[in-house]
Amino acid sequence: MTRSDVLVDADWVEAHLGDPGVVLVEVDEDTSAYDKGHIANAVRIDWRKDLQDPVRRDFVDRHGFEELLSARGISNDDLVILYGGNNNWFAAYAYWYFRLYGHANVKLLDGGRKKWELDSRDLVTEVPERAKTSYKAQEQDTALRAFRDEVVAAIGQRNLVDVRSPDEFSGKLLAPAHLPQEQAQRAGHIPTAKNVPWSKAANDDGTFKPDDDLRKLYADEAGLDFSKDTIAYCRIGERSAHTWFVLHELLGQANVKNYDGSWTEYGSLVGVPIELGAGR
Amino acid sequence: MSGELQGCGAPAGGVAVTANSSGEAIIEGTVTADGAPASVGYARLLNDDGEFVAEVPLGSGGGFRFFAAPGNWTVRVLAPGGARAEETVTADRGHTTTLTVSITAPVG
Repeated sequence: MTRSDVLVDADWVEAHLGDPGVVLVEVDEDTSAYDKGHIANAVRIDWRKDLQDPVRRDFVDRHGFEELLSARGISNDDLVILYGGNNNWFAAYAYWYFRLYGHANVKLLDGGRKKWELDSRDLVTEVPERAKTSYKAQEQDTALRAFRDEVVAAIGQRNLVDVRSPDEFSGKLLAPAHLPQEQAQRAGHIPTAKNVPWSKAANDDGTFKPDDDLRKLYADEAGLDFSKDTIAYCRIGERSAHTWFVLHELLGQANVKNYDGSWTEYGSLVGVPIELGAGR
Repeated sequence: MSGELQGCGAPAGGVAVTANSSGEAIIEGTVTADGAPASVGYARLLNDDGEFVAEVPLGSGGGFRFFAAPGNWTVRVLAPGGARAEETVTADRGHTTTLTVSITAPVG
């Protein structure tokens, strides 16, 4: 796998945003961003409303994903280009989610919405009309998704990568600092997890760092054993989808899972071990 | 937000302060470009070691807000044209630290 298989840059998007068979999708948590302006021809997917079950804490099921993509006018053989705010966190989450349901041809716009805005590239408010399709999804590929029991069993066995900020990892903060800090779960991290904040994999403008820098970051600086399987987690699984993308898609690591339950689940479990303080 | 999974994403300008925010260590402010509120840009919060902690797109009036912890923090602003600025602040629980960050609009 090479970068061009999974990433496109802004120039590529400007040149191809009208191509048949290419669908741009903006994925945001703050959907007002799309309303204020988006890349021409981009449709919208709402991280919460469209991708999460409205009652249980889980994803929309296979049928729900089929309905969503059909309604957005996305076909099985379309090339889907995902981008979004927050340094592509939710776009990376959607990328992982598209892979989970078996969509083969999907890429991220490197740098996402932030780089696009900092470049002062055009944004429009017109919402494209796309004809409904009959999308067919696969069963979820659980080789990409970790659940809580597997995470507890992985303590001291596999690479656990906590991609939150050092202050969340140590227990000083319970959430990223643009959110209120009063949260239900306990503070800290999963024992034996290495803290490699997602931000270390990205430049200030949101683009990914070069492969060599990334390999050095995880293998040399953080001490990840690349011969072992890896589980990445954060607070709710979107920043760790960003790191999953780096490890699995950019660096080509074979067995990397994203634990989407992440700290909001783990930190609420009764009886599991928690470690406080900075990494060791 | 009751009963709803709250994401890690940041709405423009940051999350609103509510009656429950009294115990928070809030850092908020405005970014100005040549004296006027900056409409496009990003405010990033860094910890004492210079590590990324959070980032919000600027609100329509150039505003940003963070919920930090007691201690020293740096607010770094990125705006189009390569404009950057940084300010260091101290936050305390139950207190709102307010600052203005000025950037110079790029020529042309």
